[in-house]
Amino acid sequence: MTHLTDASALHKGKAVDADLVAGIPRRDFRLSMANLFIAFAALLLGGIAGLLQGFVRSGFLELPSWISYYALLTAHGVLLVLVLSSFFSIGYLYAGTSRVLGGLAPKTIAFGWTGFGLMALGTAIAAFFILSGKANVLYTFYTPMQANPWFYVGLALLVVGILLNCVGMFITYQSWRKQNPGQLTPLFAFFANAVFVLWVLASLFIAVFVVGMVIPWAFGWVPTIDPMIGRTLFWAFGHTLVNIWMLTSISAWYVSMPKIIGGKIFSDSLARVAVVILVVANVPGGFHHQILDPGLSVELKFLHVIQTFMIIFPSLMTAFAMLATMERAGRSKGITSLLGWWKVLPWRDARFFALIVAMFAFIPAGLGGIINASNQVNQVVHNSIWVTGHLHLTVGTTVMLTFFGVSYWLIPFLTGRTMTKTLNKLAIAQTIIWASGMLLMSGAMHANGLLGSPRRTANTTYNNHSEASGWAIYETIMAMGGVILFIGILLLIYIWVQLAFFAPKGKTEFPIGEDYNEKDRSPLFMDRWSIWVTLAFLSIAIAYVIPLWNFSTGHNPGSPPFLMP
Amino acid sequence: MHIHRYEKVWLIIGSLILLIFLIILAIQTFFLEMGPPSHAETIDPQTVRDSEIFADAGLKEIGENEYEIAIISEMFAFQPGDLEIPAGATVHFTLASPDVTHGFKITDTNVNVMVVPGHISKVSHTFDEPGEYLILCNEYCGLGHEYMASTITVN
Repeated sequence: MTHLTDASALHKGKAVDADLVAGIPRRDFRLSMANLFIAFAALLLGGIAGLLQGFVRSGFLELPSWISYYALLTAHGVLLVLVLSSFFSIGYLYAGTSRVLGGLAPKTIAFGWTGFGLMALGTAIAAFFILSGKANVLYTFYTPMQANPWFYVGLALLVVGILLNCVGMFITYQSWRKQNPGQLTPLFAFFANAVFVLWVLASLFIAVFVVGMVIPWAFGWVPTIDPMIGRTLFWAFGHTLVNIWMLTSISAWYVSMPKIIGGKIFSDSLARVAVVILVVANVPGGFHHQILDPGLSVELKFLHVIQTFMIIFPSLMTAFAMLATMERAGRSKGITSLLGWWKVLPWRDARFFALIVAMFAFIPAGLGGIINASNQVNQVVHNSIWVTGHLHLTVGTTVMLTFFGVSYWLIPFLTGRTMTKTLNKLAIAQTIIWASGMLLMSGAMHANGLLGSPRRTANTTYNNHSEASGWAIYETIMAMGGVILFIGILLLIYIWVQLAFFAPKGKTEFPIGEDYNEKDRSPLFMDRWSIWVTLAFLSIAIAYVIPLWNFSTGHNPGSPPFLMP
Repeated sequence: MHIHRYEKVWLIIGSLILLIFLIILAIQTFFLEMGPPSHAETIDPQTVRDSEIFADAGLKEIGENEYEIAIISEMFAFQPGDLEIPAGATVHFTLASPDVTHGFKITDTNVNVMVVPGHISKVSHTFDEPGEYLILCNEYCGLGHEYMASTITVN
């Protein structure tokens, strides 16, 4: 079998044959599009919330009494960080896996739709309570702040829906392996499987927290909750979520980008090694959100710092692989000068342009991450708006621009349309608008954070304190960045609607790169996920057993709920 | 598995830099005692206000220009509030919350610590520069979060 081209159809000869598009059942396309539509809606609503936050924090706008700044903040976080990212990655990874494995298994489709339904229902319930002011707890919902109990039920349904999607992915992945013994899974499917394995690891922690602790406490069935256990479980989930977005994003960098630039995948095996390290080492990274927490010893925190630093290594591998891919693509076109290959990259192709701007954003984003994780240095920036700036470089720029770039081939691929030259130009403009808006907003946030301005705080002068008055100019720049970003969202929604409903009919390919060198293919054992999951549990145990044991035996009587508002 | 020579060089240099970072962090943490505040002591959040540590809260001089103070971080204030100390004073802060999670940040200093209900947090700082420092809560604690602040005046 040739690697990563149209694989032998997984379900050849089944009744669905009559309904095939490019060898793939049409039902796979519908499932992916349904996920993408919710992602679109989440981006628009979350973007409106973000725009308003910028205006409120800088003092340009006062909200009507029926909605608080913190309700907007909760909506912005939940809709963009949880809803948009999960629905988009499921839509994208399902479509790509269907493309490289020749269709999804029928059971996968069943799990996919059930999961989709639960996720959509959960999102609707959570959104209702947030917007009606009954869940002003932000997306981290630190206990013992308490929202309306049904808000947590909504979140739990969202997570259960995601877990069903995980099962769906594992079914197709394993049935392909069974039908193709002795063959390595295509790289894209390997990435997709890794993302869903991380989802399972993340969901274990959040399920124990939400279903096992928060829901019984919020409904009043148990009197108290331990906030430190809650924070620990939340960040095991929260930081894993970060690498769920990153893995989803770099799947496009590793697999699709080479094809778009007319090159080949630099090294299949090194790509898989990077993926495996991210899966194995990722979860304990959550502890760098708790460097300033009480109840964790200095020694334990340092162990967590070392574990967090391990996640940097695969990023170094990715940086090398991306530039090497680009250089080799140029060399294969006959470029011999030292940097000439840089010029022949397809800068006017929006798919590539969005991706490479995303990669550039990851350089300062990654450096900021190292600063945040650096133990005592964390004291300088913790909970300042620097962290918000960091988050907008990582998920807001690197991940979002990658998702936007992916959508420029994913949507027309799914709807059987083509990206016109005009739409391509608009998409390039959108990328520039987005990057400029983020540069302004995130830059101002980083600077303001270093001056001490806190994150997640409504407009305040702290009784006209001289210290706080110096922050106002940065808040104005943040609001300006927010306006530019909102223009970017409107333009993006226009492009998406065109690609989904109005662009000319035609065939758009889902770009899947080929190997540069067959020698660089991975050994077969890379596909044995039992090894990687076992190692992941080992690294989780090293980080979590001691602190969770200490907390649960630490004579903390626990906290009763404090209802917000 | 084939690794290109240049990639080996790149990864070795990158890993060495990370290792150097970690060594510097370790030296600062374990030999210069600059580690993050990590006090481990529990307290029942519902009895914080009546507890011995926080009952008679106020600045206590415990040495030459060295002070101790226990501050309750609650929705939406620090109790006791505005403080005054002489320049060069070292202050040991003991913090706890009777309600939700708060943050304790003093601007223009590296004082920054979480106050999680159920636990006592401790942090110390020497205030060399005179001025009016702003103490603020940097963890969202409810709809009045942005009002939670006080000052520390260094004369």
